[in-house]
Amino acid sequence: MERPVLTSKKLNAYFGSVHAVKNVNIEISANNILAIMGPSGCGKTTFLRCINRLHELTPGATSNGKILLHDKNIYDMHPVFARLKIGMVFQRPNPFPNLNIFDNVIAGYKLNGLKLNKVNKERIVEDSLTKAALWKEVKDSLHKKGTFLSGGQQQRLCIARAIAMEPEVLLLDEPTSALDPVSTASIEELLHELKKNLTIIVVTHNMQQAARISDRTAFFYMGALIEYDNTKNIFTSPKDTRTQNYITGRFS
Amino acid sequence: METGVKKIKKAKLPNRQIRMEVVFRHSLISAGLVVVILVLGIMLSLIWYSIPSMKALGFTFIWGKTWDPVRDIYGAYPFLLGTLLTSFLALLISIPFSFAIAFYLGEYKPRSWLSGFLKNTVELIAAVPSVIYGFWGLIVLVPIVQKIEMKTGILPYGTGIFTASLILAIMIIPFAASLGKEMIRLVPASLKEGAYSLGATRYEVILNVIWPYSKPGLFAGVLLSLGRALGETMAVTMVIGNTSMVPKNIFSPGNTMASVIANEFTEADHTLYLSALIELGLVLFLVTIVINLAGKRIIKRFTNI
Repeated sequence: MERPVLTSKKLNAYFGSVHAVKNVNIEISANNILAIMGPSGCGKTTFLRCINRLHELTPGATSNGKILLHDKNIYDMHPVFARLKIGMVFQRPNPFPNLNIFDNVIAGYKLNGLKLNKVNKERIVEDSLTKAALWKEVKDSLHKKGTFLSGGQQQRLCIARAIAMEPEVLLLDEPTSALDPVSTASIEELLHELKKNLTIIVVTHNMQQAARISDRTAFFYMGALIEYDNTKNIFTSPKDTRTQNYITGRFS
Repeated sequence: METGVKKIKKAKLPNRQIRMEVVFRHSLISAGLVVVILVLGIMLSLIWYSIPSMKALGFTFIWGKTWDPVRDIYGAYPFLLGTLLTSFLALLISIPFSFAIAFYLGEYKPRSWLSGFLKNTVELIAAVPSVIYGFWGLIVLVPIVQKIEMKTGILPYGTGIFTASLILAIMIIPFAASLGKEMIRLVPASLKEGAYSLGATRYEVILNVIWPYSKPGLFAGVLLSLGRALGETMAVTMVIGNTSMVPKNIFSPGNTMASVIANEFTEADHTLYLSALIELGLVLFLVTIVINLAGKRIIKRFTNI
C-alpha cells in the first residue's frame, strides 16, 4: 500500500474537561476524498479542526496525540506552517467583506505578507478561480466585493482562496450545508476535479453526499472513530451495528 | 352558569389584575419621564442663567482671550483651549494603551488568569474617585514633571496642561478599552478562522481582519473617552495650575472649562460673573452631549451590520 499523506495517531481533543475526540487513528492516502460522517456532536468537526490546528484557538480547547503530514508531526511545526500546508473551507462561506473578489483569492498571500508581482498575482487569481470553477462567472467582475456573489459562488471563492495557497490537503467542514441543491451539486463536482491534485477531507452531515463523493468514509460516534473503510463497503456492508443503525436512519 | 374566564371577559370595570397592570405601567413611564425632564431642566436652567452673560458679552465670550472678573471681562478662549489641549493630549497618550488592552482581552487571550486580572484592574480605574487621582497626581506626578521641566529648561511649575493630560489619560483608558474589547469580540469568528486557516498569525489577523472590521467601534470608544476627558473636573482642577492665562505651551499652567467653574463658582459674587461661569457650563454641556451622541450613533450603526 502506498504511503499515507495524512496519519492521525492516538488523537484526543478536549474542550475544557469535555473529551470531544477520543483516540482517533486514521490513515488517508493521496488524491482521495475522505468523508467523515456522524450525528451532531460526534466530534467530526473538532477532529477536522485538529488537523490544521484551528481547534487550539478556542479558549480552553486542548489536544494531544500526533497528526503526521507525510512523516512530519504537525504538532511539532509552527501552526502557521501547518495551516499553509493544510487549507480549510468552512460551513458558511466567509469571503472577507472588505476585499474584492481578486483580493479575496490572494488574501492568503496578503495576510502572510508575501509580495507578488502583478503578473504572478493575475496568474494565481485566474488559476485558482478556474480550478474552483468560478472564473467564467466572475472574470468580468473581479473588482466587486466578494460578498455580492451568491452563496454557492461565495463558497467556490473560498475554495479558490484556499487552493491559491497550494495546500497538500484541503479540509471542508460541511461545505454545502448552507447552500441550495444546484450549488451543492456544483461543489461536489468540483471536489471530484480537485482531488487530482489534492487530498480532500470532507465533514458532512449528509450521508448521500458522503456516498456520492468520497472514496473512503469514516463514521464517528460520541467522539470515537467507529468504522473506517472504502465508501462502498461502509454503505453496503457495515461491520459495526452503530454504523448500520446510522446509515439506515435509525438515529441521526 | 358562567365560567371564570367568561366573567372576566364580560366585566365592564377593569378588575384588580388589570388595574395593577395599568398602575405598574404608569409608574415605569413616570420614572422614565422624570429622568428626561431632569436633563431637559438642567439644560433649560443653564440657558436661562446664561442669558445675562450672553446679552452682555455676545460672541466675545467664546473668542475673548482675557478672563478678568474684577474688570468684568469674560473671555472663555483660554479655557476652551485648555480643555481641548488636555483632552486631545490625554487621548493621544491613552489610545495606545486602551487599544492594546482591547486587542489583548478581545482577541489574544479572552480567558486566562492574567486577562481576568487585567480586566478587573481596568474596570477598577473607572471606579476610583477622581479626587484620588488628583491627590496622587499632586504627590507623585507633579514632582516628576517638575524634574523633567528643570532638565529641559522650562519653568518648573510641575502643575499644568501636561500633568493634567497624564492624569486624564489614565482615567479614560477603561472607556475605549472595554468598548473596544466588545467591538473586537463582535468580529465574526468565521472571518478570523478564515484568515487563520490561510496561515495568518494573530498579529496578521488583528491587522488585516479585526482592525478593518472593528475600526468604527474602536473609534466610537475613543469618542466616549473624549466625552469623559472633556468633562473631568476634580482631578484636573487639582493638577492643572489654575491660571486664566492663555497657555503658551503644553507645560504651561492653565484651566479647563470644568476646572474654572469648580474653582471660581464660590467666588462669583455678582450676576454677570456667575452668569459667565454658567455659560461656560452650557458650552461644556453641549460639547459633551454632541460627542456622546456621535459615539452612540457610530456604535449603533456598527452593531446593526
